[in-house]
Amino acid sequence: MREVRISLVGFGIVGHGVLEVVRRKRELLKKTGLDLKVVSVTDINGTLYDQNGIDPQMLHGARTLEGIANMDIIGKEAIQEVDSDLVVEVTPTNIVHGQPGLGHIEEALSQGKHVVTSNKGPLVVAFNHLKELAQENGVMLKYEATVGGTMPLISLIEKNLVGNDIRSIRGIFNGTCNYILTRMMEEKYTYSYALTEAQELGIAEADPTYDVDGIDTAGKVVILANSIFGMDAKYDDVQVTGIKDVTSEALNLAWERGYLIKLIGDVPALKVKPMLVPRRSPLAVGGTLNVASIETDLSGTITVTGLGAGSIETASAIVSDIVSIYTSRQIDA
Amino acid sequence: MRLSMDLELQDIPGQLMQSLEPFKEYKGNIISVVHHRDRKTPRGTVPVQIVFEIDPSNIDNVKKHLEKNGIVVVRAGEDRFIEEVSVLLIGHVVHTDLGDTINRIDSTGFAEVEDLSLRMPGIDEPSSAYMRIRATGKEEIGTSLSILRKVGAEKDLLVIEPIEAEKI
Repeated sequence: MREVRISLVGFGIVGHGVLEVVRRKRELLKKTGLDLKVVSVTDINGTLYDQNGIDPQMLHGARTLEGIANMDIIGKEAIQEVDSDLVVEVTPTNIVHGQPGLGHIEEALSQGKHVVTSNKGPLVVAFNHLKELAQENGVMLKYEATVGGTMPLISLIEKNLVGNDIRSIRGIFNGTCNYILTRMMEEKYTYSYALTEAQELGIAEADPTYDVDGIDTAGKVVILANSIFGMDAKYDDVQVTGIKDVTSEALNLAWERGYLIKLIGDVPALKVKPMLVPRRSPLAVGGTLNVASIETDLSGTITVTGLGAGSIETASAIVSDIVSIYTSRQIDA
Repeated sequence: MRLSMDLELQDIPGQLMQSLEPFKEYKGNIISVVHHRDRKTPRGTVPVQIVFEIDPSNIDNVKKHLEKNGIVVVRAGEDRFIEEVSVLLIGHVVHTDLGDTINRIDSTGFAEVEDLSLRMPGIDEPSSAYMRIRATGKEEIGTSLSILRKVGAEKDLLVIEPIEAEKI
C-alpha cells in the first residue's frame, strides 16, 4: 500500500468536496494500492495539520479554518513547511494574473511535489512554464477539473485517444450560460429574468460577468489549446463574444428552423461565440450540462457530456487525477 | 437538361403523389426526391426538393400543372445553388437597412438570401432575423458568411452562424 500525503490549498466549495470525496472513497481507493491521506488544509486563516489525515467530521461543518487552524502559516509557506507528496490547489481563480494559485503551483512543483488543480487562472496565464517546471522537477501537473468539471476530456484524449491527431474540440464549457440559454428558449424568459433565476438557484454568481461574457469559456479554450494542441495561446488571443445580446425571440426563431443557440468554445480556432447548433446534434444538451465534440483523424468525432461544475463533481475529477499520477507507468519507471 | 425544383406541400395524404404526376405527364425523368418532413416551414408546409431531367420547353407546363394541383413552387430552374447555410442576426436588423444587408449577399451573383423570417418584439428593442443563404459552392458560402460578419460589425448586429459552417 502506497501512502499519498496530500496538502489541500484552498478551502472553498471545491476544497470541501475534495475532503469529503477522499473520506467517502478512501477504502475503495485502497484497491488501487493507494492510501490517500489529506494531511493539511490551508486557507487565508492558516493551516490545519494532522499527520494521520484530516477527517472532515472533525471540522463540524466549518466553512473556513478561522479558529480551527493549528498552524499560523498560509500559501507558499504552508506548501514548504508541510511534509507532503502532492498539493491539491483549489484557491479562487484569476485569469489575469493567475494569483495566488500560480505562486502556489510554482512553489509545489519546485519542491518536487505533484500538483492537481481545478484552478484555471494559473494554467491560462502560464501553462507552458508550469509544464516545464513540472518536468524539470520530475513531477506531474494534472488539471482535468479545469475544463468541463467532471466530464473526462483531457484524460480521454491523452489516454484513450492516444495515436489520434486531434483536429478540433468544440463544445459548451460553461454550465451557467447553458442554463440561461436553455431557460430563455424553453420558458421564453428574457435574458435578465433567466439570469436572476440562475442566481437564485446558485447556478450564476452575484457578478455573472465571468460566465456570461464568455471569459470562463475562453480560459478553458486557452487551456485546451496549450495542453492538447501544443500552442502557446494567451487569453488575449481568443476572440470572445458572450451571450448577453441573445434574445428569447432569436432562440425561438432558431428553434422553429431546427436550431438551438449555444455558447460554443472552439479550439484550435480560439473562438468563443454564440452559434446555431442543430437540435439533433450531440452538442444540443440543455440545463447546466457541459459537452465537447472531439474531431479526430482515426476515431471520427467523439462527444462527451457531463456536469461541468459542483463541489463533489469537481472533487471527483481531482481524485481521478491523483490516482492516475500514481498508477501511470511514467512514475513507476 | 437537368433541373431542380423546390416545392412546398400541404401535410395531408396524397400530396407527394400529386406533386410527381406532372413529371410523368411531361416525360420528366426524376433523379431524386427529398422530402423534408422534419423541416416544416412556419406555414406548416413540408419542403420537397426534386431533381429531374426534362426538355426545357416543358418546364413551364410542369409548373402550371403543379400550381393547378395546389402545390406551391418556390423555385424552379437550373440547379445552380447547391449549398446552403442558415444564419441568425440579432440587433436593430430592420433600422440598419435590412434591404441593404440582403443586397450585399444577393449582389455577389454567387449567393442569394432565399428565406427570411423576422421577429420584432417592440420599438427600440433588438429584433431577430433568420435567413437562409444559398450559394453555388462551399467556398461561396464561406465568402457570404464573411460578408455578413463584416456587415454585422458595421451595423452592430450579432451574427450567429451554424456550427457546421465552421468546417467550410
